[in-house]
Amino acid sequence: MTASYLFAGVFYVATLLLVVGLAAKIAQFARTPAPLKIPTTPAPVTTGGMVFRMFREVALFESLFKSNLWIWAFGYMFHLGLALVTLRHLRYFVQPVPEILAMVQYLGIYGGLAMVAGLGGLLARRILVERIRYISTPSDYLWLVLLLGIGCSGLLMKFVAHTDIVSVKVFFQGWMRLNIQQLPGDPVLLAHLAGVAMLMILFPFSKLLHAPGVFFSPTRNQVDNPREVRHLAPWAAKMEAKN
Amino acid sequence: MAAASFETPAFREYPSVPALKPDAMAHLQPYVANEKIQEALGLPGKLVDDWHDVAIARMGDLLGKYRGLRVFMDSCVHCGACTDKCHYFIGSADPKNMPVARQELFRSVYRRYFTLPGKLFPKLVGARDLTKDVLDEWFSYFWQCSECRRCSVFCPYGIDTAEVTMAARAVLDTVGYGQKYSNEILGKVTKIGNNLGLPGPALLDTLEGLEEDVKADTGVDVKFPLDVKGAEILLVTPSADFFAEPHIESLIGYGKVFHAAGASWTLSSHASEAGNFGLFTGDYALMKKIATRIRDAALELGVKRIIVGECGHAWRVTYSFWNTLVGLGAGGTDPYAIEFQKQLDPRYPQPMHICEYTWDLIERGVLKFDKSLNDHRTITFHDSCNVARGSRMGDRAGGQFDIPRNIIKAVANNYVDMEAGTIREKTFCCGGGGGVLTDDLLELRVKGALPRMEALKQVADSRNVNFMATICAICKAQFTKVLPYYGFKMGVVGGVHQLVSTAIRLEGQE
Ligand code: HEM
Ligand code: HEM
Ligand code: SF4
Ligand code: SF4
Repeated sequence: MTASYLFAGVFYVATLLLVVGLAAKIAQFARTPAPLKIPTTPAPVTTGGMVFRMFREVALFESLFKSNLWIWAFGYMFHLGLALVTLRHLRYFVQPVPEILAMVQYLGIYGGLAMVAGLGGLLARRILVERIRYISTPSDYLWLVLLLGIGCSGLLMKFVAHTDIVSVKVFFQGWMRLNIQQLPGDPVLLAHLAGVAMLMILFPFSKLLHAPGVFFSPTRNQVDNPREVRHLAPWAAKMEAKN
Repeated sequence: MAAASFETPAFREYPSVPALKPDAMAHLQPYVANEKIQEALGLPGKLVDDWHDVAIARMGDLLGKYRGLRVFMDSCVHCGACTDKCHYFIGSADPKNMPVARQELFRSVYRRYFTLPGKLFPKLVGARDLTKDVLDEWFSYFWQCSECRRCSVFCPYGIDTAEVTMAARAVLDTVGYGQKYSNEILGKVTKIGNNLGLPGPALLDTLEGLEEDVKADTGVDVKFPLDVKGAEILLVTPSADFFAEPHIESLIGYGKVFHAAGASWTLSSHASEAGNFGLFTGDYALMKKIATRIRDAALELGVKRIIVGECGHAWRVTYSFWNTLVGLGAGGTDPYAIEFQKQLDPRYPQPMHICEYTWDLIERGVLKFDKSLNDHRTITFHDSCNVARGSRMGDRAGGQFDIPRNIIKAVANNYVDMEAGTIREKTFCCGGGGGVLTDDLLELRVKGALPRMEALKQVADSRNVNFMATICAICKAQFTKVLPYYGFKMGVVGGVHQLVSTAIRLEGQE
């Protein structure tokens, strides 16, 4: 039971840090003004067009596709896999499990495989391509290793060292209601969860901020209409008063 | 430090990515601005004693004012997609000229002073203290970026290295470590009204001479009016158009177009410069100050339309920033903007590019051409980076690519595009933009021109292209200088309105 309390505690802290850290960062992005119109042109001239451009960036990684097919292929595999895995994991947190979620469960397994394969490809590029090796810091490798660790331990549970997923669900259902239940003691599961907690804690302090960042990038989220609309930041407007 | 001997890069058989040559360009720095130049801009004359603290404070200031900078600092995942996209990296193989590595020179300091992991575990996340060596490295490599934004096209988050370069240069200026070339020009334009420091009377002289030349050439009285109150159109053009070759040929072209259209137009001696180097040094206040000269001249002369000549970064500032900086545009709801916008003719986009103006006249059949007069030329078009990736023309996205090409095709018979990966939004910078058009950086300029020269070489060999048209004063000056290094003649480069000038037929022309 000690391990159960320990993990419960770690997950409370990790969740708090993730939510507060991310909210603070998003608030900072949102509050900082973009004083000039700097969309990378040709850019959409309407808000609808801009939203469509953002959608293509987030859902398809359009710019990356134009720029490097290898990185796109591995990166897309990883992120799509991650999205499917996340969907599959929702079953631990919602009760009853909606039918639609039950239907996509099997996709999560392919997602898990794709995620790990994509991460492997990205790691290989980082090590093998001279230019990417040059720009890599130790933390870049560690991120890939951490995610690979989470992914591989998950797959291990699925295919080799099965865990009692019903108990896992009971634990997290209880955790959400501040009622700590017994967590299965399988080492693979504990490793999996330790990795996940680490990911949550580091997220708001790391390059994973690209996930909220992409939505705030002025070169992508601005509409190309500077002649039609006067765009003025508050700090810039103050300079006018002085004239 | 400058003018060290260097080799012009060889044309590559297949445009492959070069193997890294660390520090290949580490020796190259521009001249440092002296006290007089710095102080004219209200900047410290030399490196201040507490430069470390001043620099960090300025970084914090910029991070709070520019969302782009803040988001770009936090978002890069080191994916490497941009690493092979910069012409300076392609031409020099120096890894610090890879866009992400260039950003990293700044980001490493950001991480150290502004993020928790950088404060706790600097080595792990690639964070480092701001030392004098780091500052020198900034001065080297942030003056090896032409702020062309090619990298931002290819980054999955649109991270724009140009924004980082501007921020780094702003910090350098703040601590008294300015670049001679750009800051000298900024001093001239704020004092005299143009980048060349050409005073009003000299300008009048030049324009009168031009009228005589055109008269001798065509027999027609094409006017180049200066400071005419009550004119309908104010033309603002890069000052190089007044005397440099081939720039002046385009100025003649604008004059002929206005003449043929029967337009009432004028130049201004107070605002005789479209260029705005405040963009290059990332100084919003200075950029606004320079743009204000144009606002003042327009108010003073009472013009109803403002048209800008062939200049790339000027058109970016004009199109994207003038409305923000000085209310020159539409849609202003504050008194400052309304005062100005009431005076401007709402039937036209304000401000307008000379190519938009000319193309409209062509479409309406106002201009007459003899296209065969351009038959000795096979023409290609070099998209200037600031026009391509930082502005627009016309009312559709991408008009900045189509309108100049349409004009060329309307005035000439032989047109060929260069390879698709080197034009339109993927265009390569000429190698001289963003404040590096100076002889102390000649090595950089020659090496950075490689990708464009290769694309030109290909169409020159296969399609007999002998003229590369462009709509940027910096591109024209840069190519005039570097074309010979790659075995081309200087005269291969010229303006779009130079071609218009060749083919246009004026009423009463012999
Ligand atoms: C809005 C959601 C997201 C978008 C649009 C997005 C997009 C991208 C893109 C385009 C890349 C570069 C290509 C690549 O290396 O894969 C990338 C890299 C990366 N992303 Fe995301 N991402 C998102 C969310 C996430 C999340 C939630 C995580 C973490 C759990 C994550 C982890 C990573 C990592 C670790 C890399 C670096 C891979 C490497 O080292 O090469 N991303 N992301
Ligand atoms: C608190 C959150 C999480 C819990 C409780 C959890 C628990 C589990 C469990 C019990 C399994 C085994 C499933 C089975 O045997 O059928 C599993 C599999 C897996 N997990 Fe997690 N996990 C969590 C978060 C994550 C995260 C954030 C990732 C990815 C970054 C991830 C990636 C995977 C993968 C790839 C698999 C294998 C494929 C699958 O069965 O879905 N997990 N996880
Ligand atoms: S803005 Fe242009 S010059 Fe600067 S790093 Fe990017 S591609 Fe290179
Ligand atoms: S493409 Fe963007 S995210 Fe990738 S390394 Fe370059 S700047 Fe960073």
